[in-house]
Amino acid sequence: MELEQFYYDNKIVKKFTYATLFWGVIGMSVGLLLAFFYLFPNLTDGISWLSYGRLRPLHTNAVIFAFVGNAIFAGIYYSLQRLLKARMFSDALSNINFWGWQFIIVAAAITLPLGFSSSKEYAELEWPIDIAIAVIWVSFGINMIGTILKRRQRHLYVAIWFYLATFVTVAVLHIFNSLALPVGFMKSYSVYAGVQDALVQWWYGHNAVAFFLTTPFLGLMYYFVPKMANRPVFSYRLSIVHFWSLIFIYIWAGPHHLLYTALPDWAQNLGVAFSIMLLFPSWGGMINGLLTLRGAWDKVRSDPTLKFMVVAITGYGMATFEGPMLSLKSVNAIAHYTDWIVAHVHVGTLAWNGFLTFGIIYWMLPRLFKTKLWSNALANLHFWIGTLGIILYALPMYVAGFLQASMWKQFNPDGTLVYGNFLETVTEIMPMYWMRAIGGTLYLAGFIVMLYNLVQTIRFGSAVTDELAQAAPLERVSKQRLVGEGYHSWLERKPIQLTILATVAILIGGIVQIVPTILIKSNIPTISSVQPYTPLELEGRDLYIREGCVGCHSQMIRPFRSEVERYGEYSKAGEYVYDHPFLWGSKRTGPDLMRVGGKYSDSWHLNHFYDPQSISSGSIMPSYKWIILNKLDKSDTENKMEVMVTLGVPYTPQDIARAQEWMTEQGIAIEENLYSDPDFAKNYDANKANAKENDVEFVEMRNREIVALIAYIQRLGTDIKITSNQ
Amino acid sequence: MFKFIEGHMASIEGIEIYPIISLLIFFIFFAVLLTWVLTAKKEYVDEVSKIPFETNNEIEL
Repeated sequence: MELEQFYYDNKIVKKFTYATLFWGVIGMSVGLLLAFFYLFPNLTDGISWLSYGRLRPLHTNAVIFAFVGNAIFAGIYYSLQRLLKARMFSDALSNINFWGWQFIIVAAAITLPLGFSSSKEYAELEWPIDIAIAVIWVSFGINMIGTILKRRQRHLYVAIWFYLATFVTVAVLHIFNSLALPVGFMKSYSVYAGVQDALVQWWYGHNAVAFFLTTPFLGLMYYFVPKMANRPVFSYRLSIVHFWSLIFIYIWAGPHHLLYTALPDWAQNLGVAFSIMLLFPSWGGMINGLLTLRGAWDKVRSDPTLKFMVVAITGYGMATFEGPMLSLKSVNAIAHYTDWIVAHVHVGTLAWNGFLTFGIIYWMLPRLFKTKLWSNALANLHFWIGTLGIILYALPMYVAGFLQASMWKQFNPDGTLVYGNFLETVTEIMPMYWMRAIGGTLYLAGFIVMLYNLVQTIRFGSAVTDELAQAAPLERVSKQRLVGEGYHSWLERKPIQLTILATVAILIGGIVQIVPTILIKSNIPTISSVQPYTPLELEGRDLYIREGCVGCHSQMIRPFRSEVERYGEYSKAGEYVYDHPFLWGSKRTGPDLMRVGGKYSDSWHLNHFYDPQSISSGSIMPSYKWIILNKLDKSDTENKMEVMVTLGVPYTPQDIARAQEWMTEQGIAIEENLYSDPDFAKNYDANKANAKENDVEFVEMRNREIVALIAYIQRLGTDIKITSNQ
Repeated sequence: MFKFIEGHMASIEGIEIYPIISLLIFFIFFAVLLTWVLTAKKEYVDEVSKIPFETNNEIEL
């Protein structure tokens, strides 16, 4: 057979690698800024687009989709071409993939700080960007499958199955979780409500971890670790079992994010059972990765790339052991809402995703530039300060998590809470927040050392060129199995069938969990006293979403004595039936707000938003002065209500017709409450007079954002209180 | 555990068959998987696991 000559596209790999490095610095710097907000809550006082609530989703999106996302593309574009002995299917698609993805990231970096957010974790981006993501993701998929179809290597190496599963599953997850009805450009409401929204969101959230942060990286591990160690993977058979059982089981485990919540128990238990099973494929993969280094451990001493890989795979092993443990209800009762979870995810991202990415870049970039790494010593330095950074980040957060949970649950002999004031449980863990910030600084410092090392490597290297390769084209083989050919060998040369089977494997779990919750009414018992939000409350809820309050405050009281004592009656599924989207939250940096309605006066809330520290000394909540000054935009309210009606919220046409009037009435009532505070009255009147004197427009309190937000907060959890009074 | 499920699912007709179907899906999935893996030929496994190294023209550093 005559050999064909072709070129591997190295330039696209270079572009994605540069993007990985660029966005890595940005995403981690934002993370570090957030860590410092815990220590200096008013670091960016008064600047709405630099507030904690808006930057937190920017950090998570930037590190997941920008840093890790570009690393995935860089690694896949490098390894896929070589594993298939073919150039990428289409250079145009490669470039669309690259520039489209960067455009999406820039759009996210602009819109998230401006407060355009759906509030669903790791899926905060609004619908126009969601559509762009779907288009670019599909162009990546077409490019990959096109390359597979014109390959010169008959069999698909295990890494490629992981890439394929990543592609199909992320597409399915993204589309179903992002289903929303637009209210206008950059604003939409999730089609699911309350419990159902929570289930779909965490089916997505959990599997975003599975199929964006795990499977593509496992694929990269199966390619790069053997390349670096220069020996084949420990057990190819184990990798087959690893792949199929991982994708089959992973998809079921999402409900473990919602243990002890109002989610139906059967779904919670299903999530727990599958999370425990997940330990086996995860550890199978870890063992397979580590044992690939059998007989090559001496290389780990001298080769910094392998050092990074070893810590990455170990981090994967630790995080995937911890995950199933956290899924046990008794452990979850302690860990959920605390900083333990923050520690857990950072072991996964800093060690597994971060270090694997660093290892790959240290290995790949010198090859692209046809040179050697400029300094092994600096790479080793990066390795050590990075490792130290991970430890200094994770350990204090574990301690903080345990401390929080213990303090939240501790009772006096007379049955009262020892730490009745939530704030005490925050101030106790400030030293841990300090250590975390130092750990994060070290990790970022290591990253910058790597940047310097890579810049020097590039300076001394030669220009990146497409690499010439040659291989024989594939001969046509029968579609059927050949004599003596095993089923799996047959399947591996049939990429389409393999993709379809992988899709079936991931769909089963999703369907079994989600369809019953959405279709069977008895899963969400209705409560007759639960009414839709008034228009002003609805607007206030949108402000709560815009400011990212959900990043620090949950709205879900678990049925524990300690929580009922602290926050009030535990949450019922029926209370959330009008919540598009749900706002349960997953972290309690501040207290739960489920039943905060009526707990404090309107004046208290106003003063607290203006200067939280003056009300609660030592609070780490930032001030929200702009909400107090801004005029509430009421131009879309009727639209919003109509969209809600389409989604099943029972607003009547009369409700919608008198929305403006209704909002003014409720606004005036709150304004009057505020006015009863003499300090407020004095300041308010003075400001009003001042505005008149200077001929500046004065926004009356009833028309300001703060009034809507107070209306929403005062409504929270009160529907049930009415029932208990009756 | 089943008492939680019964309350919610009693309304579905023929619900008894679901656990059996689940068991079958699982059993068949892993049985087929293991058969695949255990019957794979050694030469084939060796060949495929060497795919990452079949680059005759890569610069070695």
